Amino acid sequence: MSFFIEVLINGLLVGIMYSLVALGFALIYKASGVFNFAQGAMSLLAGLALVSFLTVMPLWLALVCTVGVMTLLAYGTVFIIFRPLVARPPLILFMAAIGLAFLVEGIGQSIWGTQAKGLFIGIPEITWEVKEVFLNSFDLFFGVVAAVLVAGLVIFFQKTRTGRALRAVADDHEAALSVGIPLLRAWAVTWVIAGIVATVAGVAWGSRLGVQFSLSLIAYKALPVLILGGIDSIPGAILAGLVVGAGENLAEVYIGPYVGGGIQTFFPYLLALLFLWFKPYGMFGKEIIERV
Amino acid sequence: MRRKLILTLISLVLLGSLVMVSGQALAEEQTQFFGILAYRTGPFAAGGSGFSSGWEDFMELRNLQGGVNGIKYSWEECETAYNTARGVECYERLKDKMVLVHPLSTGITYALIPRGTKEEKVIWSSGYGRADASYGAVFPWVFTTPTSYWSQNSAKISFIAKKMGGYEKLYGLKIANLHIDIPYGQETKPMLDALAKKYGFKIKHFPVPWPGIDQKAQWMDIVRRFKADWVINRNWGVSCTVPLKEAARLGFPADRILGVWWCGSEEDVLPAGPAAKGYYSANWHGVGRDFPLIQEIIDKVYGAMKGHISFTRVGSVYYNRGVWAGVVGEEAIRTAHKKFGAKVLNSEEIRWGMENLNITQARIKELGVEGFMSPIKTSCENHEGGKEVLFQQWDGEKWVSAGTQPPMRDFVWERHKASALQYAKEQGITPRDCKE
Repeated sequence: MSFFIEVLINGLLVGIMYSLVALGFALIYKASGVFNFAQGAMSLLAGLALVSFLTVMPLWLALVCTVGVMTLLAYGTVFIIFRPLVARPPLILFMAAIGLAFLVEGIGQSIWGTQAKGLFIGIPEITWEVKEVFLNSFDLFFGVVAAVLVAGLVIFFQKTRTGRALRAVADDHEAALSVGIPLLRAWAVTWVIAGIVATVAGVAWGSRLGVQFSLSLIAYKALPVLILGGIDSIPGAILAGLVVGAGENLAEVYIGPYVGGGIQTFFPYLLALLFLWFKPYGMFGKEIIERV
Repeated sequence: MRRKLILTLISLVLLGSLVMVSGQALAEEQTQFFGILAYRTGPFAAGGSGFSSGWEDFMELRNLQGGVNGIKYSWEECETAYNTARGVECYERLKDKMVLVHPLSTGITYALIPRGTKEEKVIWSSGYGRADASYGAVFPWVFTTPTSYWSQNSAKISFIAKKMGGYEKLYGLKIANLHIDIPYGQETKPMLDALAKKYGFKIKHFPVPWPGIDQKAQWMDIVRRFKADWVINRNWGVSCTVPLKEAARLGFPADRILGVWWCGSEEDVLPAGPAAKGYYSANWHGVGRDFPLIQEIIDKVYGAMKGHISFTRVGSVYYNRGVWAGVVGEEAIRTAHKKFGAKVLNSEEIRWGMENLNITQARIKELGVEGFMSPIKTSCENHEGGKEVLFQQWDGEKWVSAGTQPPMRDFVWERHKASALQYAKEQGITPRDCKE
């Protein structure tokens, strides 16, 4: 039983890491209707920038500078890439996001090279054994960071003037424009927030794997989370991340041996697709009924 | 008047292109051309860029010295991004000009074996690819020099036995084979199963789905449920690093993890930080810059600003692997020159050179690569040729030698041959008579 609990808890902690990536997708989709395929590449860029800054400055300043880089990227993305695409079909925006992902990766590779880089930010790696269950300080730390981040985002979107404006833009671009909300500025703010989330994800995953180009592949881990949680839902991204993390780990350990193993990549997709039978918009996704 | 000017300009451009193309063709005609299936982009770029650059720097050095018996090298890179489909596309693009190809991926090797065999191109999967292709009677165009994955794994089991205090100590031992779930990762399963039967250890295979960025489930299973004594780390790229971190989290010692030689580079251990200290991996060549040949490359190639990679990477594992490929490939050329004369070799001639390699310890010294590589002797039947597997340990800052182990030659060879003959039967291939 203790092994089951250990797999479950560790699965939940991995799930939180998936949620960190999924959050970026949900934020941008919620505000601008863009399925930001570049979220993984943004995490990679944040990780690369942070590693570079850390060589010449302390962690806090390096983090500030990294957020600065992500802010520049956000403004550049909105005003150079998406501005001419306002009111274009969602597929065009999606294609632009794919292009952005390759662009960010390519620029990153040109500047920082292809070498894997270690990212060590001083989080202790201590393992505790609690009633035969192993828990790791690193995983718990990022679990707490994700919880704080989500709480902050919920407060921002629900309680602040800018947050409410962003929600208005998300609900109806034209109506928001008609009451004086500047659309492009709202988008830019959303991309900056997604950049900050990407920085947190980049730090979390970069500390686990090292900062290397595979980091952009974490985007694939976020996709079943988005399907399950609802593509435009922040609480959905968190809850679905937990379900996916726990589900894939339990499946790998308990079902894997009977089917040859290595099922943890497709199992979350299976789970998400099954869930769609009952809730086509995901757990917390907004149900949109349109006249055809 | 304007129309005349435009027509003149177009004619000049066309003429210029023609001169350039024919000049290039002429240059290639007089040089030994190699098509390089590189991957300088994508998640595995660290490995791909190191190998290609080491090889290119070696060829650059030789060109600066006047070539091999007066024949210079020329080459062209084609980017595969470690993608099998793109690898095949690159082969198709370069096949008319090249006589030998390093696919640099087990997946691409599998895809190219039937094509290369039909089109008579040498496929040299150095230390990777299809293990049973070491049996030259069935695979005349394929070489696994220096050793196949099966040979490497038999040496790994010997290494574990040595660490445990003898082969008899293998009985009852639990070894986890943590492998990426692609053809490359699956290649060694039959050999490890056979070795487990022979020595009485328990082997369990733990597949890691590509790209292997999360292996928590596998590691909990390995450490907490299977309770492994040793873990074989058979991954690639980021999936090589993750096990070191996960093992540390679960208190599994790094010096009980033994990596494949594609999980034994600086790029695999540096991101893991202190968690990697003590980790072992296989290898087949020296690491570092303390070899006369590497020094020569630094002086002459980098001194002339003609290097193909950042100077900081010169001497790293993947870079030196590319240099090793250059050295051995050149020995094949020299061997063929002795028989066919010093000229640009065709496929059959270079294949003959590869098949008649005899790099002795004395020759190694002569080449300025003592301590960098082991002797190699190939034959019509033996397309492997290597005699030992090197082991190295990460001391927290650099790789240090952990000794050598010979592969279990007879045990592995029997299986190479049986598997190759089975393949021949399935494909309707009549094996060559190597006694002729």
